[in-house]
Amino acid sequence: MINNLSAKERLSIAREKMPEQDAALRSRNFAEVNLGLSLEQAMREAQRCLLCKSRPCVAGCPVEVDIPEFVACLAQGDLAAAAHALMRDNALPAVCGRVCPQEVQCEAKCVRGVRGLPVAVGYLERFVADWAMANSADLPGPPATVPSGKQAAVVGCGPAGLTAAGELATRGHEVTIFEALHDTGGVLRYGIPEFRLPKGIIDQEVRRLIDVGVRIECNVIIGKTLTLGQLREQYDAVFIGNGAGLPVMLGIDGENLKGVYSANEYLTRVNLMGAGQVFDSATPILRGRHVAVIGGGNTAMDCVRTARRLGAERAMIVYRRGESEMPARVEEVHHAKQEGVEFVMLTAPLAVLGDEAGWARALRCQKMALGEPDASGRRRPVSVAGSEFDLPAEVVINALGTRANPLLTATEPALKLNKWGNIETDERGATSLPGIFAGGDIVRGGATVILAMGDGKRAAAAMDAYLRSA
Amino acid sequence: MFKVLENEVLAPGLHRLVVEAPRVAAARRPGQFVIVRSAPGEERIPLTIGDADGASGTLTLFVQAIGAGTRKIVAVPPGGFLRDVAGPLGQPTHIENWGRVACIGGGVGTAVLYPLAKALAEAGNQVTTVIGGRSAEFILLEKELAAFSAEVRVTTEDGSRGRRGFVTLELEDLLRNPARRPRSVFAIGPVPMMRAVAEQTRPHGVATIVSLNPIMIDGTGMCGGCRVVVGTEARFACVDGPEFDGHLVDFQGLADRLTMYHEHEAQCRLAHAGGGMP
Ligand SMILES: Cc1cc2nc3c(=O)[nH]c(=O)nc-3n(C[C@H](O)[C@H](O)[C@H](O)COP(=O)(O)OP(=O)(O)OC[C@H]3O[C@@H](n4cnc5c(N)ncnc54)[C@H](O)[C@@H]3O)c2cc1C
Ligand SMILES: Cc1cc2nc3c(=O)[nH]c(=O)nc-3n(C[C@H](O)[C@H](O)[C@H](O)COP(=O)(O)OP(=O)(O)OC[C@H]3O[C@@H](n4cnc5c(N)ncnc54)[C@H](O)[C@@H]3O)c2cc1C
Ligand code: SF4
Ligand code: SF4
Ligand code: FES
Repeated sequence: MINNLSAKERLSIAREKMPEQDAALRSRNFAEVNLGLSLEQAMREAQRCLLCKSRPCVAGCPVEVDIPEFVACLAQGDLAAAAHALMRDNALPAVCGRVCPQEVQCEAKCVRGVRGLPVAVGYLERFVADWAMANSADLPGPPATVPSGKQAAVVGCGPAGLTAAGELATRGHEVTIFEALHDTGGVLRYGIPEFRLPKGIIDQEVRRLIDVGVRIECNVIIGKTLTLGQLREQYDAVFIGNGAGLPVMLGIDGENLKGVYSANEYLTRVNLMGAGQVFDSATPILRGRHVAVIGGGNTAMDCVRTARRLGAERAMIVYRRGESEMPARVEEVHHAKQEGVEFVMLTAPLAVLGDEAGWARALRCQKMALGEPDASGRRRPVSVAGSEFDLPAEVVINALGTRANPLLTATEPALKLNKWGNIETDERGATSLPGIFAGGDIVRGGATVILAMGDGKRAAAAMDAYLRSA
Repeated sequence: MFKVLENEVLAPGLHRLVVEAPRVAAARRPGQFVIVRSAPGEERIPLTIGDADGASGTLTLFVQAIGAGTRKIVAVPPGGFLRDVAGPLGQPTHIENWGRVACIGGGVGTAVLYPLAKALAEAGNQVTTVIGGRSAEFILLEKELAAFSAEVRVTTEDGSRGRRGFVTLELEDLLRNPARRPRSVFAIGPVPMMRAVAEQTRPHGVATIVSLNPIMIDGTGMCGGCRVVVGTEARFACVDGPEFDGHLVDFQGLADRLTMYHEHEAQCRLAHAGGGMP
């Protein structure tokens, strides 16, 4: 019995390495970077888990995936049981296994990380989820539901909305998702690139929802095509998961020159519209020999690695703090470096310089030094006098972040917002309006996929209770 | 999928499409637009809603086929489908009774101007309409506009109809004539035309509203690609506009940004015309 391995035996196993596409090759294509573990690798990695009674890793996961349980099943090679245990708590494991910042969540709490490397929970989650997708025909389908006779509307087809819809449907409610764009997935599709999260995975997840009876209507912008008020009249409850889709502008000179993009525009062109990615794409994108990306988060890494793949000779991250302060996932930074991305640290942009025809040609920068810690606990960057310099760049991408888009909320003044324009909810996801729930980035500001999913799940439970009591 | 019910050629390359989109038709107010994608993989193209009929659930669009995207839209025959129609987007036109107004339309802009001019007339304004085009065949909706305008004046660049020259010639006459001078001017057409009109009315202190057409993607304020400097601020034309105070618009910046993809567009046109790939 594999689960009878002694602790010592388990401790002697080294963490598996994720097989990946060669860096030189992949920095010129959009195929997924991580290739996935083999069954042998996955089982060996699973055997590293000490099956701790106190389950610290579970506490590190926002949706409390039963990590020891699914990993134990995997260690024995019982993939169906592993999939069952995993999907009890996580509706989109193939997504989370790939994009969760595990190093600050589940893996951060793993006891094996105290002395050495934590169990690769993310790799294992991905492995089991991919297996489940490939073998879905052999797995038991969703349990039969008893129709409740109630109807729920979900606004937005990102991870929060998808999760809420799935949970509501399996509880017997009739669910319709309204999505503003022409396709599903939210940031999973238009933001996170193919080389990190293949779109085929989102398609499969969406198909699964449709199979359990969820209706998805694209091209419906709530606040414009239909108002929230109309949804309240036509549905018994509403979940709002419309994300944080409003770019924060740089506010520096030259921002409107040709060649200056917000990350949202740049990534949407490539990921949603296929610009530069599909041969002969209808939607254009400027490629640029020198590309400067401003910011240090996941979005910035996605932009800069996309720029490399579109042929940039120099693809640069320009960030005003140091490398250890960057909020991006560690793996993305590591991959970006392997792909030849340059990291221009402790540097703040002052202006985009243009030529006489209105094209960007350089980013004027200033060197920074780290001072006292600020409210976030990170050391505050302060400018170094007389340190201005110009970085050549024909394409400049602003990846400073996003805020709540007021398109929907502005049309329903009774909906209570906080001072940043995010919707206020209680811990169950209930808003100030009865029957209206919300979750994901529209509540939290730019956060993570798994937090958005957790919100969707909690809100669905509260909506279920609301619908049944009504 | 959105069914095309009618597709009529009004002028060379200029089509009038009637499209079934009941939700958009019910919500739409004059001045708003939709984003249309003819088929999967195609570009998202912003188009003003020329007219809408809530009862039949239809929209009227006026489309000038200038590039690959618009050509594919006008190629859809009656009974065919457009893959995506999303809207209504943007702010509706602010309509009030100014007394005397002038509505200036250039090219396809005339079609877009039509519902606006009509709404202004219905609000009690005395509407003088000036429409211009390259030649007689590009002069649109003259009769329809005449039905509610106090007067319709026409200019063509080659003089084949109306006065020879640009719409600004006629506008100049109106501005100089105290009995005709408008309190407010609405101009919709190519960027150089709107710019010229705004420059012309500025010294007269006549309020001038223009409808801007920057490159757009989502149309919901998500990408920032449609930003235009108005006054001192960058505004998103898709959510704050598309109509703005013409005296505050940075037309140079707008015109500049519209050339961002000229190289790509030229290649697409070649591929389209020659059948081969660039
Ligand atoms: C480039 C990028 C990379 C990221 N990388 C990671 C990562 O590696 N790991 C991680 O955990 N997180 C990552 N994030 C953050 C994560 O993607 C978000 O936190 C998450 O997607 C939020 O989910 P959501 O469902 O709240 O909103 P979204 O994913 O934003 O989805 C909202 C949906 O609602 C639609 N919508 C908006 N307004 C309306 C309306 N009025 N009517 C109808 N529909 C509307 C939108 O079109 C969209 O489809 C990244 C974000 C970005 C931008
Ligand atoms: C709010 C708004 C309302 C509009 N209303 C109408 C209308 O009612 N009828 C009509 O015929 N046209 C209208 N337009 C213009 C129309 O969207 C463009 O002509 C069309 O997008 C061009 O695409 P294309 O592929 O055919 O041509 P392309 O060859 O791609 O481009 C030709 C020209 O159009 C501009 N353009 C390209 N892509 C876009 C884009 N996505 N958005 C805006 N401009 C672009 C380019 O700068 C170029 O100068 C409107 C534009 C906006 C922003
Ligand atoms: S969902 Fe994310 S945080 Fe939770 S166990 Fe899986 S990878 Fe870790
Ligand atoms: S903390 Fe680490 S070793 Fe312990 S159960 Fe969780 S994954 Fe396994
Ligand atoms: S079109 Fe994207 S913000 Fe206006």
